[in-house]
Amino acid sequence: MSAPAPATGCRDVPVLAERGQHEVFCGLTGIIWLHRKIQDAFFLVVGSRTCAHLLQSAAGVMIFAEPRFGTAILEETDLAGLADAQEELEREVDRLLSRRPDIRQLFLVGSCPSEVIKLDLSRAAERLSARHAPKVRVLNYSGSGIETTFTEGEDACLAAMAPALPDTDRRQLIMVGALPDVVEDQALDLLSKLGIEDVAVLPARHADSGLAVGPNTVFALTQPFLGGTLAALERRGARHIPAPFPFGEQGTTAWLAAVAREFGVDQAHFDAVTAAPRARATRAVAQAAEGLRDKSVFFFPDSQLEIPLARFLTRECGMRAIEVGAPYIHRGVVGPELDLLDRGPLLAEGQDVERQLDRCRAARPDLTVCGLGLANPLEAEGLATKWAIELVFTPVHFYEQAGDLAGLFSRPLRRRAALRLEAAE
Amino acid sequence: MKLSVWTYEGPPHVGALRVATAMKGLHYVLHAPQGDTYADLLFTMIERRNHRPPVTYTTFQARDLGADTAQLFKTACLAAYERFQPQAMIVGASCTAELIQDDPGGMAETMGLPVPVIPLELPSYQRKENFGADETLFQLVRALSRPMDRSAHVTCNLIGPTALGFRHRDDITELTALLGDMGIGVNVCAPYGATPQDLTRLGAAHFNVLMYPETGEAACRWMERELGQPYTRTVPIGVGATRDFLGEVAALTGRSVALDESRLRLPWYSASVDSTYLTGKRVFIFGDGTHVACAARIARDEMGFEVAGLGCYNREQARMIRGLARDYGVEALITEDYLEVESRIAELAPEMILGTQMERHIGKRLGIPCAVISAPVHVQDFPARYSPQMGIEGANVIFDTWVHPLVMGLEEHLLTMFREDFEFHDDAGASHHGGAATPRVVDPAPAPAEAPETGAEVIWLDEAERELRKVPFFVRGKARRNTETYASERGLTRIGLDTLYDAKAHYAR
Repeated sequence: MSAPAPATGCRDVPVLAERGQHEVFCGLTGIIWLHRKIQDAFFLVVGSRTCAHLLQSAAGVMIFAEPRFGTAILEETDLAGLADAQEELEREVDRLLSRRPDIRQLFLVGSCPSEVIKLDLSRAAERLSARHAPKVRVLNYSGSGIETTFTEGEDACLAAMAPALPDTDRRQLIMVGALPDVVEDQALDLLSKLGIEDVAVLPARHADSGLAVGPNTVFALTQPFLGGTLAALERRGARHIPAPFPFGEQGTTAWLAAVAREFGVDQAHFDAVTAAPRARATRAVAQAAEGLRDKSVFFFPDSQLEIPLARFLTRECGMRAIEVGAPYIHRGVVGPELDLLDRGPLLAEGQDVERQLDRCRAARPDLTVCGLGLANPLEAEGLATKWAIELVFTPVHFYEQAGDLAGLFSRPLRRRAALRLEAAE
Repeated sequence: MKLSVWTYEGPPHVGALRVATAMKGLHYVLHAPQGDTYADLLFTMIERRNHRPPVTYTTFQARDLGADTAQLFKTACLAAYERFQPQAMIVGASCTAELIQDDPGGMAETMGLPVPVIPLELPSYQRKENFGADETLFQLVRALSRPMDRSAHVTCNLIGPTALGFRHRDDITELTALLGDMGIGVNVCAPYGATPQDLTRLGAAHFNVLMYPETGEAACRWMERELGQPYTRTVPIGVGATRDFLGEVAALTGRSVALDESRLRLPWYSASVDSTYLTGKRVFIFGDGTHVACAARIARDEMGFEVAGLGCYNREQARMIRGLARDYGVEALITEDYLEVESRIAELAPEMILGTQMERHIGKRLGIPCAVISAPVHVQDFPARYSPQMGIEGANVIFDTWVHPLVMGLEEHLLTMFREDFEFHDDAGASHHGGAATPRVVDPAPAPAEAPETGAEVIWLDEAERELRKVPFFVRGKARRNTETYASERGLTRIGLDTLYDAKAHYAR
């Protein structure tokens, strides 16, 4: 790696733990990208009208290409007796699977109401699996707001898949995290050029991908919110390769280097493979980051991408972080990132949105990274914002997207500078 | 349990949020789990509001369930009061909090806050968004308004407009001007723009204008009973309805109707020869009951369309819509399942849909033009320009909006004449809609003996099927349907070229 770690990283700095109103999505939101990623899966939320409304609203635009998700809306009668709810669910699933013969994996997704009434979805999944095996595998996880925040829904989904994977003794790498197909293909290509050929991806695009796991498996996370999946894969005997995340030129190089070390790739070969894309990424970032240098940034908690992105913005784009809020800080996962983040910003975990807004208004950052509920109100107060959700919905990983990632942050500032709405004088 | 993919209405607490967000000086404390805050973005993104909705969510998590969620609610309630200093508060539970039975209303009452605190009971597992808005406004009005002397000048209240409403912002402006022309002032507009203090002055108005029965009817009924204020029954969307509405206002106030028609263009635009091609276009209408009823009247009486079918998603209006459907000689579709709406539309094959954003998508899939007439709303339903549905300008806006998706008069003829032209053909769509030109897909050889398409029990012979494909796309559905009806009425099981043209002659108008 080129840029050395700062003398004093943030791994041991005290964290402000907040407990107040959380202005965040629940884990159900992950279904919006997971259902596109896993092409033969259906996500059936067992929940309320609120869950259905959230999925529809969070998608922003409705995906009318017959979405592979839906909500089994609980009604008065379901709440009255639990035995009933199990039968009702089986009936709805039978109907769904007969209408959608292309479905090979069905996820029963728990919600706040289903958790509160203690609807046993794992039992339901077992029964339904037995009933529809071998054609359809039925798994369950919780995307409820009382247990998961936004991207933790993907974590819960992948963690639920891990125990069901077949065993293997193969020496292989699993790349863990749902990435846009184009980015995933780029990453696989880089790994292959490094000479690492036996690479699988979790989640796989199809049920019959042959994905398996075992004691000779090592895995690297491509997303920082996958702590539960990490634990689930370790329980299957696989070993985690700790690394910074592949955001920006430096993050990507560090991530690839950690994997390369594990597979004994020699430095000369590594440099030969990465030199060209590294140079491209550095150039692209420099161009996009022109307007970011010496500007300050303030992160509201959203996706757990905050710490890696703060590292990217401060080290590669010359920004200064004022506050880095994350819904949850998993030191085992983001430890290498914290080592690279220079001391200075306030690290906050959890949220009390009103107090955080007070801090933000007092600091008047040049750029505020926040959720959709806060963005327009803050813009109206004169603060430039970047919607955090776009960072999850846009290809931003690895070398070829490094410039786009910087561009996501610089665009709001460029736009402000471009607009001339006053009289010409 | 009912499987749902897309919904027309959110849960009832979203209705309460629409009321709270429309008002000023009111704060809503909602007992709800983490994640329910997504509702904020409906207002800040779809409606581009520049303030956060005045809502505090308790956002409890699993670990709180074992501890004390009630205390969490009290803390949130007190903090919200201290920070926002509202004139009044509403408190309630979302679907999950309803299950843990903390009784927000009861708790808030014991806290002795120095402002009115109004508890909301919104049954999340039975009712929906419109009910939530209607009930919230009703509870606010019941708690805050009281009988008082009428204003010296004739005034009315505008009741029903909310945040996230379909063109509510501009309807208020239009109605205020219409009433102003008759010398009638607006006492209070609620909930849109009103403060709790304003609601205490509701009683000064001489009558109420019920703008949207979906969100204002319970409040109007209560004020009629308790404050002696009559309310208007006609929703002034469309030219005829606007005239009727003003007649109703005149009868209530003893003033004579005054309507400035200098800006009214719909009647002439509809009468002008360019509109001849609109005659008898078959439209399917779906949305909330109120907008559907208004649209049906405009479609038939003011645009010269044929109403091929209609329906609504809100059961509260089912009776009214069923009655209306009988008057129009069609069957009403009352459902909140968009798949049912889609299959009804496919079956009726209308030439245009007047619907919601959901029907706009259905129209895209089926290749049928659609104009949006009702909530649920989309960011496109909040145009920057003045764009009401009610009154004179509303009628003008509706004329433009409904005509825009259609292929226009002479273009329609040209398409019929040169339908196999390589670039100016069916699949290219209306020329004023842009998009890349789609080259015509040339049939591979003389269409091989593919299975003849079966419409119910009649079979289309190859030559007839090929001829049907030459009919322009915007009337093809109708041609197919008419021919099949014609055939089955005559007991024919096979449709040939002659049947197709016999049917065409039969239905000629």
